[in-house]
Amino acid sequence: MNREATLSVDTATVERLMPLLRFADQARRALQYPALGIAGLFALWYWGGWAIGNNEDTMAFASFAPGPTLAAFWDIVSSGAVWSPIESSLYRVGWGLAYAIAIGVPLGVMIGYFLTLKQVTHVPFQFLRMISPLAWMPVAVLAFATWDAAIIFLIAIAAVWPITYATAHGVQRIDPMWLKVGNNLGANPYHTLRYIVMPAIAQDVFAGIRLAVGVAWIVLVPAEYLGVTSGLGYAINDARDTLEYDKLAAFVLVIGIIGYMLDAICVRLIKRSSYHAEG
Amino acid sequence: MGAAISIDYITHHYPGQEAPTLKDIQVTVAPGETVALIGQSGCGKSTLLHMLAGLLLPSEGCVRINGHQVIKPSPRWNMMFQKPSLYPWMTVRKNASLGLIFQGRKTDMRERIDQLLETVGLSEKAEVNVQSLSGGQQQRVALARSLATDPELLLLDEPFSALDAFTRVALQDEVTRLARERGISVVFVTHDIEEAVAMADRVLVMGSNPGTITAELPIDIAHPRDRNSQAFVDRKAELMGYFGATRTPATDKGSAEAEAPTPDTESEQDESSSSESRARVRAA
Ligand SMILES: Nc1ncnc2c1ncn2[C@@H]1O[C@H](COP(=O)(O)OP(=O)(O)O)[C@@H](O)[C@H]1O
Ligand SMILES: [Mg+2]
Repeated sequence: MNREATLSVDTATVERLMPLLRFADQARRALQYPALGIAGLFALWYWGGWAIGNNEDTMAFASFAPGPTLAAFWDIVSSGAVWSPIESSLYRVGWGLAYAIAIGVPLGVMIGYFLTLKQVTHVPFQFLRMISPLAWMPVAVLAFATWDAAIIFLIAIAAVWPITYATAHGVQRIDPMWLKVGNNLGANPYHTLRYIVMPAIAQDVFAGIRLAVGVAWIVLVPAEYLGVTSGLGYAINDARDTLEYDKLAAFVLVIGIIGYMLDAICVRLIKRSSYHAEG
Repeated sequence: MGAAISIDYITHHYPGQEAPTLKDIQVTVAPGETVALIGQSGCGKSTLLHMLAGLLLPSEGCVRINGHQVIKPSPRWNMMFQKPSLYPWMTVRKNASLGLIFQGRKTDMRERIDQLLETVGLSEKAEVNVQSLSGGQQQRVALARSLATDPELLLLDEPFSALDAFTRVALQDEVTRLARERGISVVFVTHDIEEAVAMADRVLVMGSNPGTITAELPIDIAHPRDRNSQAFVDRKAELMGYFGATRTPATDKGSAEAEAPTPDTESEQDESSSSESRARVRAA
């Protein structure tokens, strides 16, 4: 029995475990507040479900509560029924965003670069921007042969503004010296765009895309209430018609989760496109 | 081979300004010569340098480099600014390579840049992001970037004024050495009289309203220059006197201790006061 020996063995073990402990500590720190937030949301949901279930007027909607919803969620995931609507919705949002980026980025570069263009476009663009994309629905239906195309148009028209204005903002913040130095080194317009303007504004463009993704995801669901027979919006509408409120709530959950993931991807892209040194 | 520059009667009006910023500037620079432009701020030094770089066209007159009129920027003459203005999303190597990339000279680019970075003492830093460099190192990258395209003429607009004294002196000597080794002509703007004497073969003193060359002083001290030598100290004092000449008489009292004669700005035609000096005071 030697107290010192025991101590030294202990220290050695602790030292070997140190990285693991440190990692666990970091994970706990990183997760404890988000976990608290999620728990809070669940508590609210649980309480809401309980309140609905105990009120005679709303009792019919009791399956909005977490229990039935999570069961239905498990159902649609395990049966695979969830994937087809997700695929349709992502297809529409993807194309809508692609058009919005293809139009918004060049437009934003021009607006940021030419002051006159900014002044000329200010009134019409702000006017158009403030019109709800859904107000274009009748026009879109007339103008496009398919429902898919109409929805993609609605998403694009909603998503184009944040991208355009974030891009323009980025261009306006370009250090004029960068352009002067480039000019001085013999850059042609393509070089200027490729080596100077694009890297300089990348972070702003992705910040705009992040906003656009949020708007597009929000516009998508009501747009899919109309006409189409696929997608998450349709799935919600369909569940309502068949009074499957647990399934309806499960699809709401799906919309939230996917929206969160899309946003997380954008946040990563913003971080990666930032040229600011870390720390 | 350095460029021969001829600045022919340049007068410049910025739009919206009634008085000309520059008036009847006439200067020639021999191939391989280093010329300093010194004068109080706002007298038009940067304006003149931008014209040499082809970044600004004069309202009247023109700049010729090797006989060709300068109408746009070219990799054959390169300008360095007070701020290094590196591109923060690129490594040291990429920043230094840009001129070559823009020219489409990519074949031996890697070796050229390696050599240049070694010349400016940044071999170790080739692949790091420029944001992690100190101010002096950043200005060295800018120097490498300017030299990469083998320019015949280097234009420097107060390029070292934002650096600490040690780095500044080191870079002054380095640029002078590199320019002499490569036979590059240099025109640089400075506020710093010591910098002018340390680097230049000839100093041009500019006066303002309108901007004209008011005096010219050759610095015929052999390189490398010893900043403590009598000749160096003398030339500094002399230049201090001429620099005083570009001020208005009311603010001129501060330079009364300068040894060199201080010609009265009101009577620039009267050159007798400076006749025994080696410098020429130009008639406006
Ligand atoms: N883009 C411009 N437009 C109008 N005036 C200018 C412009 N750039 C410089 N100036 C004016 O021209 C004068 C000379 O400027 P500058 O060449 O920058 O002087 P320096 O470099 O000697 O300090 C200043 O009075 C300045 O106000
Ligand atoms: Mg200046």
